[in-house]
Amino acid sequence: MTSSASLDLKLYGVLIAVAVLVPLFAPNYIQTVAVMWLMILMAMTWDITGGQMGYNSLGNVVFFGIGMYASAIVQISQFSDVADYTASFGAIVVDFTPGQYFTGLGLGLAAGGIAAAIFALLIGPAMLGLRGPYFAIGTLGLAIAVAELVSGWEYVGGGGGISMPVYPGPPAAGPFTFYILLGLLTLAAHLFVRWLYSTQFGLAINAIRDDEDKAEAMGIHTNRYKTIAWAVAAFFMGVGGAIFGNMSGFIEPLEVAFPTTTFGIFMVAMALLGGKGTLWGPVLGAVLFHIVKQVTWTYLLGWQWVALGAIIIINIVYFQQGILGWAQDKWPEAFGLTVDRGGAARPAAGEAAE
Amino acid sequence: MTGETANVIEVRGVSKSYGGVQANTDISIDVPDGMITGLIGPNGSGKTTLFNSIVGYHPIDSGSIRFQGKEISKLRVPDIARLGMLRTFQQTRIYSKMNCMDNMQISVSHRDTSPFAIFALRDRGEIVEEAERLLEFVGLYEKRFLISGDLSFGQQKLLEFAMALMNRPKVLLLDEPTAGINPTLINGLIDRLKRANEELGVTLFVIEHNMRVIMNLAGKISCLAHGELLATGTPDELQNDPRVVDAYLGAH
Amino acid sequence: MIDNLLLLTQVPILGVDLVIQGLFIGAIFALVAYGLALVWGVMNVKNLAQGDMVILGGYISYQATLWGYHPIVALPVAIVVMFMLGWLIYAVIIRRVVDRDMFTSLLATFGLSLLIQQILNLIYGPEVKVADAGFGDFELGTFIVIQNVRLYSLLMAAALALAIVIFMKKSRMGQAIRATAQDARAARVLGIDTDQVYAFTYALNAAICGAAGVLVAMIWVIQPYYGIVYSIRAFIIVTAAGLGNLPGVILTGFGLGVWENVAGFVFGAEFAVAAVVLMLVAVLMYRLVQLYRVRQVVR
Repeated sequence: MTSSASLDLKLYGVLIAVAVLVPLFAPNYIQTVAVMWLMILMAMTWDITGGQMGYNSLGNVVFFGIGMYASAIVQISQFSDVADYTASFGAIVVDFTPGQYFTGLGLGLAAGGIAAAIFALLIGPAMLGLRGPYFAIGTLGLAIAVAELVSGWEYVGGGGGISMPVYPGPPAAGPFTFYILLGLLTLAAHLFVRWLYSTQFGLAINAIRDDEDKAEAMGIHTNRYKTIAWAVAAFFMGVGGAIFGNMSGFIEPLEVAFPTTTFGIFMVAMALLGGKGTLWGPVLGAVLFHIVKQVTWTYLLGWQWVALGAIIIINIVYFQQGILGWAQDKWPEAFGLTVDRGGAARPAAGEAAE
Repeated sequence: MTGETANVIEVRGVSKSYGGVQANTDISIDVPDGMITGLIGPNGSGKTTLFNSIVGYHPIDSGSIRFQGKEISKLRVPDIARLGMLRTFQQTRIYSKMNCMDNMQISVSHRDTSPFAIFALRDRGEIVEEAERLLEFVGLYEKRFLISGDLSFGQQKLLEFAMALMNRPKVLLLDEPTAGINPTLINGLIDRLKRANEELGVTLFVIEHNMRVIMNLAGKISCLAHGELLATGTPDELQNDPRVVDAYLGAH
Repeated sequence: MIDNLLLLTQVPILGVDLVIQGLFIGAIFALVAYGLALVWGVMNVKNLAQGDMVILGGYISYQATLWGYHPIVALPVAIVVMFMLGWLIYAVIIRRVVDRDMFTSLLATFGLSLLIQQILNLIYGPEVKVADAGFGDFELGTFIVIQNVRLYSLLMAAALALAIVIFMKKSRMGQAIRATAQDARAARVLGIDTDQVYAFTYALNAAICGAAGVLVAMIWVIQPYYGIVYSIRAFIIVTAAGLGNLPGVILTGFGLGVWENVAGFVFGAEFAVAAVVLMLVAVLMYRLVQLYRVRQVVR
């Protein structure tokens, strides 16, 4: 425990150092690193249900979009009727005082997180009854359905999208603010998740992952914990979506708010790359994935998406245990695991009970 | 609610069929409080079906099942488990990617706890002590930090038993506790089952194929054959009951 | 929406038209779903790239028109090319995920789906394309106009389905596939090369998708990102009908086609995709309720 706690401290130190050094020495990279914070957040919150609980969602991006739209509605309704605003196609522009803007932003972020969490609490009991591939396909369908419904919802601008309120102040200050907000959110989420895994709740969702029927037979409130775990992920994704919407300045359903085939799959690939079901694996995976993504963007003009698709397949097919999973197999003692070297190694009994 | 010689489980006239196959027909069995009760019968006689009916895996077609006087035949598995009635599985089930201590810690009782109790930190003193004591009891203390999926089958069975005890159940339903266990270890297991019953006060209801084991263990035994209750009595009575002997020898 | 419903009650023949057109599309959905059920049942792989293979087949016929051929010429070509491509995909990717947990195969095929989308996007661009067959149409009464191409497509889909069924019943490979679906281990013991069977099954499915894609490109439009909706349609049909239930797949396919057509008319075209995907969620929930009946029935 203590050794891993000090390791955690060092890793937090590294991340905070990066967060401080980038704006000082590489201000051009602020946007890129801000997106990296978001990617870490996505991989980490996906892993709450995916890695720790065994419920592999392909549609967690739905919470991202709901948070984004909830914040848009709240922030715009501060100064205008939302329907009038969207109908005007950007003709209504308001110059905010910073006070007005930040009040709206604060309310918007809160609304984003709460709306996403409430959505998870409402649909969780039904969706989380689905098991295995049915859950994955069901959540994917859900994300696509919500994206399509929002596309047809004229009140929020339909497929045409909405412009978000403009950041008051010098142009460089906006990205910096959202960089800070995303960094703080990701740090807060990681600390929260780290605490969560150290409670009985963490054991309960691990038990659900290993054998849900057994957990039920032992009287664990499986439905309750599954829904809470998903709602926690949803809350952080919702706030993340709200910040990202403001950072983008313009939101629309298919590409920005509910990008099922980009962020939606990236978060899964990142968690798998780093090692799912571990505290730092998703973080590591997100950082590496983001670097690879940026490099391919720069050097493979046009073919970057193809390269990324190929990388995802290779990751899943050939290297599914992830970096930390692989390291854990190789040096178990370093991860605080005890291995019975002399004991009869036999395949885990749980694997037969699919 | 319960008298001195109360029955903790009362099964009355339970029938259950699966798609045309009558697995249980009009079965009535009492499990007295604080005792070890056995359930025997040839393969396919409906023992596991009856267990599943009692602990809530499927609806029964007719009849009634009472636990401590409360009708439970319409409750579902987790609700019944939280009332204090647990079962172990014929195909042993544990949380195979977690170590033994974690397996034990998450097996604490989930009844009477506030919804927020789950957010208490793990590795708390009293729970750890209890887990270590019970692992010691089943002889797995040395292996407590191993990933449970790496244990041998027999050790996994013992772990599952210890996990059930961790839950402090009123009644424990054991589905063939000695199946697949090395014969030299069976006596030790019988001893532990008896001690759990005597020292921890857990009522046991045991399905068992091994006649020697069940005769040694149970104070009262019921025998099923072809989904019907054939006989109930003390081990001696059953051993001398020609119907039971016939059922086992296949003369039926 | 209310207006559209009123219109339906005032002009009931319009409803008949919607249903008939729905049946025509449903036939193609059923074909794609049959391929999915085949791969799912035989090798337990849930192929999320199903729809993208359909779209890929569509682009083969589009390419034929670019070269000046009639798109129908592309049908045998698409079948052969997609069969080979399916075999290749199996050898490179699917073989390595067959025995893994189901999420792996789901995710790997999702990655494959992205790959196909992006390659098509690079080659053909994101605009919608059509492979015009120029077959004309005929009138059934005064209101119902049926494009001949739809009628031919229905006939071709039926012929393909029939050919596959006969193949599965009569040929040695078909029997080997069915044996593997029932019990892969037993099939292996009996000397069936299950790896070969898996490869053939996946390739056959790709060929089915390719053929369906040619029909799709002639009837509607294709676009690199349209694939996922075809995958979802196939999942709806298979989940609702169950594996190894060919009549069920065909009936559900028709039902889904009709639902999509009617829902698209009543709710407006912008909600047509939402109507399909919500149907997926509804089917999954229905399945869940069926499972959940356990112990909750109050008699």
